[in-house]
Amino acid sequence: MNAPEFQRNIPADSTSPAASDRLAAIASGQVVPADIHAEVRAEDPLIRVEKFNLSYGAKQVLFDVDLPIPRGKVTALIGPSGCGKSTLLRSVNRMNDLIDTVSVSGGIRLTEDDVYGRGVDVIELRRRMGMVFQKSNPFPMSIRENVVYALRINGERNRRVLDSVCEKALRGAALWDEVKDRLDESALGMSGGQQQRLCIARAIAAEPEVLLMDEPCSALDPIATTKVEELILHLRGDYTVLIVTHNMQQASRVSDYTAFMYLGQVVEYGPTVRLFTNPHLKETEDYITGRFG
Amino acid sequence: MAASGRSSVRAISLLAQGEPMVWLSAFGLVMGLVMVTSLVVLVFWQGLTTFWPAPVVEITTRDGAVVMGEVTRSETFRPEPSLVAGLDAEAQEAARAEMARRDGRLHRRLVRTGNFELTGEHFRWVEDFGVSPEGETRPAWAIVYERRAWGRFYGTPAGFVAGDSLIATDPQEIWNLYRRHRHDDDAGEFAIRTATAAGQVKDIALNDIVRAYPANRLSLAEKAGLYLGRWWEFLTAEPREANSEGGVFPAIFGTVLMTLGMTILVVPFGVMSALYLREYAKQGWLTSVVRISINNLAGVPSIVFGVFGLGFFSYFLGGGIDALFFADKLPNPTFGTGGIMWASLTLALLTLPVVIVATEEALSAVPDSMREGSFACGATRWQTIRRVVLPRSLPGIMTGAILAMARGAGEVAPLMLVGAVKLAPDLPLDLHFPFLHPERSFMHLGFHIYDLGFQSQNSEAAKPMVFTTTLLLMGIVLFLNAAAIMLRTRLARKYTGSRF
Ligand SMILES: Nc1ncnc2c1ncn2[C@@H]1O[C@H](COP(=O)(O)OP(=O)(O)OP(=O)(O)O)[C@@H](O)[C@H]1O
Ligand SMILES: [Mg+2]
Repeated sequence: MNAPEFQRNIPADSTSPAASDRLAAIASGQVVPADIHAEVRAEDPLIRVEKFNLSYGAKQVLFDVDLPIPRGKVTALIGPSGCGKSTLLRSVNRMNDLIDTVSVSGGIRLTEDDVYGRGVDVIELRRRMGMVFQKSNPFPMSIRENVVYALRINGERNRRVLDSVCEKALRGAALWDEVKDRLDESALGMSGGQQQRLCIARAIAAEPEVLLMDEPCSALDPIATTKVEELILHLRGDYTVLIVTHNMQQASRVSDYTAFMYLGQVVEYGPTVRLFTNPHLKETEDYITGRFG
Repeated sequence: MAASGRSSVRAISLLAQGEPMVWLSAFGLVMGLVMVTSLVVLVFWQGLTTFWPAPVVEITTRDGAVVMGEVTRSETFRPEPSLVAGLDAEAQEAARAEMARRDGRLHRRLVRTGNFELTGEHFRWVEDFGVSPEGETRPAWAIVYERRAWGRFYGTPAGFVAGDSLIATDPQEIWNLYRRHRHDDDAGEFAIRTATAAGQVKDIALNDIVRAYPANRLSLAEKAGLYLGRWWEFLTAEPREANSEGGVFPAIFGTVLMTLGMTILVVPFGVMSALYLREYAKQGWLTSVVRISINNLAGVPSIVFGVFGLGFFSYFLGGGIDALFFADKLPNPTFGTGGIMWASLTLALLTLPVVIVATEEALSAVPDSMREGSFACGATRWQTIRRVVLPRSLPGIMTGAILAMARGAGEVAPLMLVGAVKLAPDLPLDLHFPFLHPERSFMHLGFHIYDLGFQSQNSEAAKPMVFTTTLLLMGIVLFLNAAAIMLRTRLARKYTGSRF
């Protein structure tokens, strides 16, 4: 793990500008190739983001993003506010389609399927992914119906199936014990933290291939945060998780790989342990240690 | 120090201090409240007291005439000099004395004297100075008859007639006989021979009598019974005497049915329009134009909707239906004239903007994060609308429906053109196939009020009924609204988790 060849500030195969100039180059509008560690390349990617560009109207916010996301692993996206983490996350399940002004180029592949391909069934695509938002968004219905929502809209009627899915998902989200006696009450009467865990339960209920999480713990207390982190660790292996977080400790605790983004570009992407202890780039270290800016 | 501080406060402009604005707005609120309260109190007082039985007075005037009846109201008036000058000496003296006391005014009472077929009048003014001394009594056996025709009759019983023979002359006996026979099948064989105050005699057949009572002999309980009986009749019976007597049941029925029909028509239409505008349509200048037009529609005078309803629904659609399906009945129109369905449709059109605006507001209050959550679960747009957006906005939509209902129930002008009538022979819903008769014209409380107040021949008698009918209409609107609000509260609790 702490092999000597990963010395900081000594990118092994760097053809990019001098390390200290990278962020300045990005800020000046240049597209700088990301430093992607070999370990990432060695993984089997479930999702491949390839030369992906996205603009809101005339304003481009993602530039040639290349990001293979390993199957069954937890990948964290970090970076300063406004750098496009949420946008990238929402691009994976095409939530950005809901915004009229968005235009994209390049591609995202989920296994072999082109997410932005012609004739892709977006509904079908979204059913293969679960998403947890920064702000909890339970639906105006009972707790039970919230959890099994994805199955319901898929036409599942069997009460026994729904009940078992509901319990499993709630247990998975560490919420079962708190709500098992009031499954038929409105979800809007729960506390904020409970609501967020409910949204996680909802996202995993249909057993999606991918779980997209956008700062899922930013509104949670430490105990709930711990529960969610345990949940993510538990999901690793079965699910491919892509998580956006501002919390460096969290990223280091839950993720296998971490990508550092800056102004719409990936700067460095590698195993979390590497990135946090021994990054290739000084910029990454500065950001992670809080010396950024 | 204190003095200078005060003067610096005084230097600030009155408006800038804010205090006067507080008082001004409070004044505005108080004025509004006072006006509303006085309206409600007036309607309640007049509406509630109309049916309470008044005593019957017998008044002998100085010129020797005797009138008997109920005092309905009184007023003071400033007499023409010629009126006093034309009086005989005694009356003139009384009048002058009264004018001296009352600052040049005289007091008079309006007595409901009835007996129209004998006197040609229902009411008579009696001036105080015209009453001879000790000329006012309350005859113990004065009886008030409410009849099926000719209005009320006032008199004292002189005999009980069975067939051709007179079988009783004692008032108590007559009364007992009346009570025994009034519900008989052959009640028409019996009559009460009644002497009027003017000395005339008339036999009143028992089957002509709707209600008769010795007004001055009633105990409080009997009065209360009579009062409730009249309310019951009012609520459940058909109108009599050109609507000025009897009940308003057909009007209640018509009002409620028309309002419910309107609500059932307008809510789906309005909600669908709003859904399209808010959830499906691409927002742009076209949707803005549509929105502005809808808002303007709310400002169009309601009679214009009536004209449209008559022209389009009744004549065009109704005429078309008649030509296709009821050709054998032509030239008598079936659907081609006013009817409860056309009235409901017209009012639905009238209240459509209310529902659309309220629904749009409710839809836009649904947070986008909820929609996103649903889409992220793989829901289609329609699934998102049906399962998340609509439930969440249901209370707001209900508010729109309530507003529409309140507006529609109180609307009269367009109804006059598309189906509300003074007197409808049949209810639009009955036990004969096909039970609901959407082509039938109907009675409506609002139109009934107008008819009573301004179209009645016996307007003095109809006037109190205006208030009772108004009270009833207010009650019905209140009831419908309360029911809808209760429903909304329950839904809101279910879908938004908020508790009121
Ligand atoms: N709907 C939108 N329309 C126009 N611009 C947008 C929209 N959403 C985001 N942006 C812009 O895109 C850029 C990236 O936004 P994004 O939300 O992806 O940032 P982020 O990395 O998630 O930031 P944060 O950490 O604060 O959540 C920002 O500059 C933002 O202003
Ligand atoms: Mg974000």
